[in-house]
Amino acid sequence: MAGELTRMTAAELAAAIATGEVSALEVTDAHLARIGEVDDAVHAFLHIAADGARQAARAVDERRAAGEMLGPLAGVPLALKDVFTTIDMPTTCGSAILNGWRPPYDATITRRLRQAGVVILGKTNMDEFAMGSSTENSAFGPSHNPWDLSRVPGGSSGGSAAAVAGFEAPLGIGTDTGGSIRQPAAVCGVVGVKPTYGGPSRYGVVAFASSLDTPGPLARTVLDAALLHETMAGHDPCDSTSVNEPVPPVVAAARQADVSGLTIGVVPELGGEGYQPGVLARFGEAVDLLESLGAKVVEVSCPHFSYALPAYYLIAPSECSSNLARFDAMRYGLRVGDDGTRSADEVMSLTRAQGFGAEVKRRIMLGTYALSSGYYDAYYGKAQQVRTLIIRDFQTAFEQVDVLVSPSTPTTAFPLGERVDDPLAMYVADLCTIPSDLAGNAALSVPCGLAAEDGLPVGLQIMAPVLADDRLYRVGAAVEAALDSRRGHPLLDEAKGLAW
Amino acid sequence: MPIARDDVAHLARLSRMDLAEAELDHLAAQLDVIISAVARVQEVAVEGVPPTSHAVPLVNVFRDDVEWPCLSAEEALDQAPAVEQQRFRVPRILAED
Repeated sequence: MAGELTRMTAAELAAAIATGEVSALEVTDAHLARIGEVDDAVHAFLHIAADGARQAARAVDERRAAGEMLGPLAGVPLALKDVFTTIDMPTTCGSAILNGWRPPYDATITRRLRQAGVVILGKTNMDEFAMGSSTENSAFGPSHNPWDLSRVPGGSSGGSAAAVAGFEAPLGIGTDTGGSIRQPAAVCGVVGVKPTYGGPSRYGVVAFASSLDTPGPLARTVLDAALLHETMAGHDPCDSTSVNEPVPPVVAAARQADVSGLTIGVVPELGGEGYQPGVLARFGEAVDLLESLGAKVVEVSCPHFSYALPAYYLIAPSECSSNLARFDAMRYGLRVGDDGTRSADEVMSLTRAQGFGAEVKRRIMLGTYALSSGYYDAYYGKAQQVRTLIIRDFQTAFEQVDVLVSPSTPTTAFPLGERVDDPLAMYVADLCTIPSDLAGNAALSVPCGLAAEDGLPVGLQIMAPVLADDRLYRVGAAVEAALDSRRGHPLLDEAKGLAW
Repeated sequence: MPIARDDVAHLARLSRMDLAEAELDHLAAQLDVIISAVARVQEVAVEGVPPTSHAVPLVNVFRDDVEWPCLSAEEALDQAPAVEQQRFRVPRILAED
């Protein structure tokens, strides 16, 4: 029974809990048991909150017994990226500088999950301060891909993606700044969504690049992602960049799962040279599938997307160098070398040198360089203008099509260690996902098969205009339903990295 | 334009990171490669194109001016590296002379 519970979707679990067929506590215990069995090998979690999770599950069971109407995800367990503040759990952001830090408040999303009766199982591993594409930049060691434990689960939200792909949790939450939800979702064979910027609140999300950071859902089905999207999103007065608009009707769109009458654009700039053949093959088949399901497919050029990666690696590090200045060893977090002889400035410099990992140091210095007087116009200023041109490319494209599609990533999951000291090779993993972060529009990755050469998952990326997140779910659910029916089972049934 | 080792040491100083010599050497080589790659933005014709600092154009966003519970001194100081007299204790900030 416990094994069956961990194979169920969030929607199925919520329904079974609502009818009393199973208790929320049984569901939570089944997932804690699965974590106990496999997480030594996967290392998806940095902190497992067994007591808190069981207490939250019991509260849901009591509310149900008292005849209360429960929300659509009440009692469903979830894996939360360790970048969201949690008052009852540590929040480390995968960094030694925050090792053991206990925030004094809950993030808005943490609070909304609790109110909805979602059971937080624990905090998941990530690249330090969400900078990376493999979780290898975590100060606490990498996570492993449940398809092949010798490979990365992607990043930075790799812990949440691995937890969902490894059946340790039916739902996960990540943040996407350059692709940190969609890229791990793609290489772990799960669904990941970057909502429109400003849709889900950033309050209590430790900041990396504030104009880009977007929280979003990870799940094994498009419908589950939609249920979580509606639970976590919505206007928040505590976040001045929160969009004061209704949440797009993503659950209804996921149930609609129909592409007939839609025009879908293929972006030629996101493909071709540098892409793995098996990725391109599965992507081509997904495009054919969309056409066979009744969509009209056209090619739409977005000429400035080729400059998205360099623009991103100026804008994001610039914002990072400013945001991470808060880690000053004075009010919380690590403090090194305070022996009574050193000045605050010296203690700060020693602490930051010891507390930050290599990638964070590279980005802080790159950002400091790009913002320096004399270089500002040539680097940061220019990147901001390129950002405008990328937004205009999207606007022009969306005048012709309802959604755009591309591969989610240029390659499948790469081996652990392969790119860890080769920053540019690591950065290329986000080639397809970065344009939507710069433009703030919504985008989703849905599995579209396995690459022939390595048997690893490939993601189809769907991009929609700002605040048209529902289109992602409509198209994604249609692709998922057609592929599942053709295959006869969900793709994750073929993951071989973990035993049952 | 290649980035010199001295420039990298200066950036580390500006960033308040006391890096070891070996680390500076390693970072200098990597930053040079990264900066050469991101300099590609300079190939784009951007005359007259306004910069975008933020994808969602919002200005002057204010919350309603309502009372709001705040952290107690104990809660605020709970995670401090050092505390004295209900305050954050910090290393000296002025030079001794």
